[in-house]
Formats: sequence, C-alpha cells, structure tokens
Amino acid sequence: MKRQLPLAIIFVMGVFTIITNFIPAKPIADVNQMFRNWYLGIIAFFTFLGTINLARVNAEHVKDKSRDWHYSIILLAALATQLILGFYKLSPDSIKEGSPFMYVYFNLQFPLEATMYSLLAFFMTSASFRAFRARNKEALLLLLAAVVVMLGRVPIGTYIWHGFPKLTEWIMTYPNAAAKRGIVIGIDLGLISMALRMILGIERSYMQ
Amino acid sequence: MRFRGSFELSDARPRSLAAIAAVLVVLAGAPWAHSAAEAQAVGTSGTPAIEPAVITSLADTPHDAGTSIDIEWKLSPTETESPGTVIEYRIMRADSPTGEFTEVGSVPATTNAFSDGSTQPGKQYWYRIDTMSIAASVASQAAGPGVSIMQWYNGRSNVLFLVLFSCAAILVYIWIAKRKKGQVFVRRIPALDAVDEAIGRATEMGKPILYIPGGLDVDDPQTIASMNILSRVADRVATYGSRLMLPCNKAMQMSMARETVKESYLRVGKPDDFKEEDIRYLTDDQFGYVAGVDGIMMRERPAANFYLGAFYAESLILAETGFATGAIQIAGTAMIDQLPFFVAACDYTLIGEELYAAGATLSQDPVQLGTIKGQDVAKALFMALIIAGVIFSLTGHTFFYNLFTIK
Repeated sequence: MKRQLPLAIIFVMGVFTIITNFIPAKPIADVNQMFRNWYLGIIAFFTFLGTINLARVNAEHVKDKSRDWHYSIILLAALATQLILGFYKLSPDSIKEGSPFMYVYFNLQFPLEATMYSLLAFFMTSASFRAFRARNKEALLLLLAAVVVMLGRVPIGTYIWHGFPKLTEWIMTYPNAAAKRGIVIGIDLGLISMALRMILGIERSYMQ
Repeated sequence: MRFRGSFELSDARPRSLAAIAAVLVVLAGAPWAHSAAEAQAVGTSGTPAIEPAVITSLADTPHDAGTSIDIEWKLSPTETESPGTVIEYRIMRADSPTGEFTEVGSVPATTNAFSDGSTQPGKQYWYRIDTMSIAASVASQAAGPGVSIMQWYNGRSNVLFLVLFSCAAILVYIWIAKRKKGQVFVRRIPALDAVDEAIGRATEMGKPILYIPGGLDVDDPQTIASMNILSRVADRVATYGSRLMLPCNKAMQMSMARETVKESYLRVGKPDDFKEEDIRYLTDDQFGYVAGVDGIMMRERPAANFYLGAFYAESLILAETGFATGAIQIAGTAMIDQLPFFVAACDYTLIGEELYAAGATLSQDPVQLGTIKGQDVAKALFMALIIAGVIFSLTGHTFFYNLFTIK
C-alpha cells in the first residue's frame, strides 16, 4: 500500500494532465486550476521550510564556529533584517516601492546580482578561448562559424566586410535553427518516454 | 446674402416654413447624410464623413471552452474611397439589442475580424462595430445574438495522433522487452559511463562530489530526471563512502533530494553515513544561488561536479568556476540555449533527450531500455514526416503543412 498509493496518484494525475491538453471544457479546466492552486500552496509552505533550514544550518555554523562561520553571521543578519523590514507593518505596504525593504533590494541585492551576471562576460571569453581550437574538421567548422557570427554582430565586422551581418543572419536562421529544432524534437520525445515510464510506474528511482 | 437660382434668406419670414423645408430637402440629398435606420453619425462639420462597417458573421470559436465568439465584418467603404481616414474599429458588445454597448476590443483599420474572448458559455450577446476616424465615429447596425458553446475536444487531432503514436511505439517496445527478458541494446552514452569514473576519482582524492539539480522546482521534468540520476549517483557514493554535497535552489528540491539520497544510503546498508546538512537549501534567487555554489566550490574544492537539470544564465558561471577548481564535470540539460556553454566548459554533457534517458540507461533494466527504443521509433516517424513535408513544400503542395499546423 505504501508503494501502490503514490504510484496510483502519479498514474491518475499523469493521465489527467495529458487529457487536459485536449479537453478545453470548463469543468476540466477548473479541476486543473484547482490542482495548480494546491501545488502553489504546497510550494509556499516549502519556501517557509527552506528558510528555516537555511537559518538553522547557518546558526549551527556560528555555534560550532566552523570554517568561515563569520559569513554565516552576515547571512543571518541579512535574513533577519529583511524579515523585519518586510513584516514590521504587517501589510503589503512594507514591500511597496519606496519602502525600506525595497530600498535594500534595489541598492544591495540588485547590484550584487548584476555583479554576478557580469562575470559571464569574462567566463564567456575564457570558455571561448578553450572551446574554439581547430583540433579537427568539426572544431575548425565551429571556429569559422563562431568568428563569422561574432564579426557579424559588432560594428567592426561590417567595417571589415559588409556581408558579415547577412552571413551571420543566414547561419542563425538556417543551420543553427535547424540544429536547435532537431534537439528540441529529441527532447520532447525523451520527455514523453520518461513521463510514460513514471506514469506506468516503471521508473521509480525518484520515490525510492 | 443672395444665392443664384435659390431663394433669398432675407425674404424667409412669410415663407419660413417652406424655406425650412427646402433646406431640409437639400440636406437630406447631400452625400454625407445617412438614413436613421442605417446609422448614427457623430462628427464635427468639415471633417470627411465615414461609413459604417457591416457585421457579416457571428460564430462560436470552435474547439474552445465556450468563452470566445468570432466576429467578422465587411470593411467600411470609406477605407477604399478615402484611404487613411479610418484609423480603427472598436468592437462593442451588449447583453441585449437595446442594452448598453461596452467596448470589448479594438483592431486597426483594414482588419475585419476579431475574437471576443470574454464571453460566458450559453449566454447571448449582441455586437456592434464602431468605425473610428480622427474626429468622428459611426456605429454599425447591431447584430446578434451570438452564443459561445463549450466544447469537449480542442480539435488538435494532429497532435493527438503524434502523441498516441509515440506512446504506442513505447508501449510496444516495453512489451517486447518484457517478452525477450534479455538485454536491449541502447548505444553507450559517454557522459553516463563517466559517472563511475568521476565518483571513483573523487573517492581516491578524498574530496567531495558536488551535485547541482538545476534551477527549477520538482514540477519540471528536468528536475525529475535529475532526481532519477541522483538516486543512481547516491547509490555509488554511498557504496564508495564518499561525501555528496547538494546545495538546492528550491526548498521542495531539497526535501526530495534528501529522501532520495537517504534511501540510497539505506539501500547499501550505510544509514549512519548519510549527512543531512550536506543537502541544504541556499536561496531561490538565481544569482544568489550561483554565488553560494561558487563559494562552496572554491572552499570545498570538490573533485567531481554534476550539473543535471534546468539551467539558465548561471550555467557558464558554474561550469567555469568548476573548471577553475580542477574538477571533472558532467552536465546535462534540456535547455538548448545553455547546452553550448556546458559543451564548451564541461568534460561530458548529456544533450537534451540523453538527460531524460539517463535514469533508464543507468538502471540497465530491459523494460526501461525498451522505452528508449520505442522513443527512437517515434523519432523515425518524425524524421519521415519532416522529409515528406520538405518535399511537398518544395513542390508547392501546402496540404501536408496545413495537416500539421497546430490551431
């Protein structure tokens, strides 16, 4: 029973979800929406659980004075600050534009996120330097295509040869799009196969 | 004021009624006049007059939940006679022919169709099209009643056929695999062969293994596929006695991962080796999570990194940081825009469908491998359809393309 009940739930919900893609009638759509609302409610509860876990783990780091425990103090202080700022008015006004909560978000969190995102520029350069080596025919083709696309996207490319932007557009529109679509078809079929395995209870490693 | 061939207005008093009647007759014959039965024109004097559109069709939108009515109309003749005068058409709706009409949408000039998607099934509606110019508007005659009807099938027979065919092919191969009871051949996937190698390397070096299950929650198929693989990876980690670190982006991911790994340790008979604190929640924030994981990589220096699941812009940041620490890296995702980054920065990459097939391939269960073969049969059908579609399109036959257009 302990094993059969979850499998039965998965089977019923899986088949129902497939059916909802073909039945637009309101009663079915309403039931589907009800399940989605249940899911959102469960997610909200788990978010609360995750926050408690985060606080607990870092509090233990501070208590045990394990390696880099001072970073845990900063994390706990930031968590507590934002919690207080977000809840002190006990109304949505706490997090409206211009509130202290949003001030911290826009002036602290937002720039930090932008900093992490900007690392991509450097990482892309280093990854390209490693990836675009003409070791064999395929790698040479990749290198040539990459050079053409890069030149086609910057003004200096047009200055060197006016045909680069058009060639870039052609590469992105035809061979690149074709390859992407081929991969997407494979992905979708793989998804159907995996879903069928789970619905039929053949694959159960996620619930062992 | 005297007009040639007309009466004089200064003489109007004794013949006032006749004069007024004459003015009315002249005005009635003017080209900008409309009969009251046809329309009601509102505008300032001196602006070009516009003629109304005429509603030609009110029909229920097929294959929907009964919340939409399709309206078609004949364009205002003014569009042909005086191009550029008409700027838009406003679609007005009322619950009765004499009720108050309210706007439900607008479309630009030269458009003669609109779908009103805010109707209730079974309720009658009347529609009117207001033709708008810069300074005037004219309403058409009201048409109705239009009724939207709820349907129980959305008409996507082409999609249904392809889904049923794919499922049938997979089911047939499940049945064949059960009957054969032998090994089903599926090509080797280098990334999966490297899983054992990576875990063995980490064990020899005495360093931990880092597993990243992706940035989406457990309702995403890629996360589910990642959990399937995690079960196999955790089995091996538990057997070898290594340390598995799993920072999670979502709280529900954390719960699912903990249960999966705990079960693996129980299965190999080492429940005491399971460390709950190694599987923890960091943050939901995308770049906050990346910063946290990068910090773990730089501090703990794992020997093997697994990136399996859904990733966005953080994929390259994670992979490059892992490369800098010298770890062996195995990635897998179905996000096609991130695949090139993983291919460039990682040692092995599971591309798209290989991520979904990985759980089955690692299990080596003939029935599960049979589903992969069934999926290949469906892929063969798709390839045949694409080739046929290209041939028909090149020869000018569009019926094949129309057959597979999704409504």
